[in-house]
Amino acid sequence: MNPQVRIIKPKKGIVGIDFKELINFRELLYFFTWRDLKVRYKQTLIGGTWAILQPLLTMVIFTVFFGQIAKMPSDNIPYPIFSYSGLLLWLYFTNALTSAAGSIIGDERLISKVYFPRLLVPTSATLRCFVDYGLAALILGALMIYYKFLLTPAILLLPVILILTWLLATGLGYLLAALNVKYRDIRYAVPFFVQLLIYVTPVIYPLSLATGKYHWLLSLNPMTGLVEAHRAAILGHQAINFPLLGLAALTTIILFVVGITYFKSVERYFADII
Amino acid sequence: MQGIGKKYKRGQYAGYLTLRDSLMGLFKRPQTDNPLSKKEFWALQDISFEVKEGEVIGIIGSNGAGKSTLLKILTGITEPTAGTALIKGRVGSLLEVGTGFHPELTGRENIYLNGAILGMPRSEIRRKFDQIVDFAGVEQFIDTPVKRFSSGMQVRLAFAVAAHLEPEILLIDEVLAVGDAAFQKKSLAKMEEVTQKQGRTILFVSHNMEAIQNLCETCVWLDNGQVKMIGQTKQVIEAYLKSSVINQAVKKFSAKQNKEAQINKITVKNATGQVTTVLDFACPFSIEIEYELAKDIPQFFLMLKIGHESVREKYVLIGLSNDNNYPNPTKKGKYKAVVIIPPFLNTGRYNFFVALTTHMIPYLDSSESISITLNQLSSSPYPMIHRNPESQVLIPLKWNITQPF
Repeated sequence: MNPQVRIIKPKKGIVGIDFKELINFRELLYFFTWRDLKVRYKQTLIGGTWAILQPLLTMVIFTVFFGQIAKMPSDNIPYPIFSYSGLLLWLYFTNALTSAAGSIIGDERLISKVYFPRLLVPTSATLRCFVDYGLAALILGALMIYYKFLLTPAILLLPVILILTWLLATGLGYLLAALNVKYRDIRYAVPFFVQLLIYVTPVIYPLSLATGKYHWLLSLNPMTGLVEAHRAAILGHQAINFPLLGLAALTTIILFVVGITYFKSVERYFADII
Repeated sequence: MQGIGKKYKRGQYAGYLTLRDSLMGLFKRPQTDNPLSKKEFWALQDISFEVKEGEVIGIIGSNGAGKSTLLKILTGITEPTAGTALIKGRVGSLLEVGTGFHPELTGRENIYLNGAILGMPRSEIRRKFDQIVDFAGVEQFIDTPVKRFSSGMQVRLAFAVAAHLEPEILLIDEVLAVGDAAFQKKSLAKMEEVTQKQGRTILFVSHNMEAIQNLCETCVWLDNGQVKMIGQTKQVIEAYLKSSVINQAVKKFSAKQNKEAQINKITVKNATGQVTTVLDFACPFSIEIEYELAKDIPQFFLMLKIGHESVREKYVLIGLSNDNNYPNPTKKGKYKAVVIIPPFLNTGRYNFFVALTTHMIPYLDSSESISITLNQLSSSPYPMIHRNPESQVLIPLKWNITQPF
């Protein structure tokens, strides 16, 4: 037997991330994810269909109002597939961010009674949302067959884009989840801001529509580069804009580091103030 | 919340490990910068003690003494403001059972989830699954969502999961205060098995003195965040009970508005007339109730209910002052009722409360519950009744054995 030694004492300043501990608790991450998925689909009538209906109906409405009535340009591809490919990633991001932001206070009893690495809670929230992404992606597949789109080698970049989106949602999720413990306003603010954010992300309209200073401003939003790259990687209708994607990756990593650092520096008070 | 600091050290020599807990500092309220702000207080201060491997140590103290805070620090849920603890070994905790249960999930799913939350690997849960289900006695409902479980079943299941944890160090907060008497006994037996057979280090927080006495050799008494006494369980408990209970022996009630009848004061006295709630189970004791009727109340009487601390809503005894045609005044005025309780209860902690009533509900007035402790005190002037610990009531029975055939 090789007992582990643990030292408990007040921590000061920036707290490092205990990767060894996170690895020891990886099963718990799995169980949290599994629990939330199970609970989510248990008492719903049509279960996973919700994950498909949300983007599908949104796409239909966008197509009617923006595609048909407003005649929104769509980079020369059919508007339904244009908006759906953007919505797919956008809805992943917003759902993941919203669930992560509410995750810590959602597990309040657990946080105040049991010890485990607190990072697991928001992390499992953003991971779980990939299941919805996967289900909703089936519709995109159907649309691609209908509109006769073929996969191009650019699809190989998709995992990178998904990982970056995950990092972005998770990093911001850490930040908001931690703030949420202290300021419950976050709970109301997040859904509202997320709703507004879609207008500064090229989901409804193509980035090519914005010119001059607006193009530059939009590029600062990391989701701009990610949504554009996501669309291009899957549909192959245009080349991937690597400088834009690179900028998004940089912003994402900065936000992730900020989020996780803040979370780690305040997590020790969670049990006291939750 | 405020703080504790503490230090744990555990070395490995000659086959045994030493767990030392030494508390040096204080905790301050984390959000404030000024360490002396008026809102702050130390939940724990300067706590130091050591626990050896395989030792079972009890932690007692009144509510708010810092017992739970100490365990929270040791598990890592919250952080000390000062001091260090050194812990060797995997720590598992049982702080409030059932915390990790999700009502929508089935019993089976919750066993896995709760096990994982408590730090059990999946393979271990799978291996112990049947034992857990069996211990909890919920076989038929294992695939039912736990929200349909009775609260007793939930608690049993939660305890069963936790009791099958096998960390080297186990921290337990009040788990035995759950379930019915039979299940409590089973839990206690399980705890005894866990501590004795497996040589595990246990820190056990409880208000159940009997459980502490049965399980722990050493006991720490926390008072206002500080270690008041540490030593042999029996001595510590005795000292604790003496101090904690004296202030309970006289209860005064402030005047309430518009009450037709009200209790002013309740005093508990032992057989020799001393005011105390630590009583000898072999001696009678008395309860004095001073009360006031603001007007004439026909059919007025007093009611006294005594119950064992661990059993809710059932009583060992309910006595009425109008039994047996005792004079039972119903006119306006101030009164003092003295009721003598003969020795018939086994040792343990009991709660009683007094109500002023007619035959109507609600009561005209009732006291909050007052706790008394019956111990086996050697000073008893009365002959010892044979005491079987499993019998809650001790009454000599009349036997008549003949040989008629």
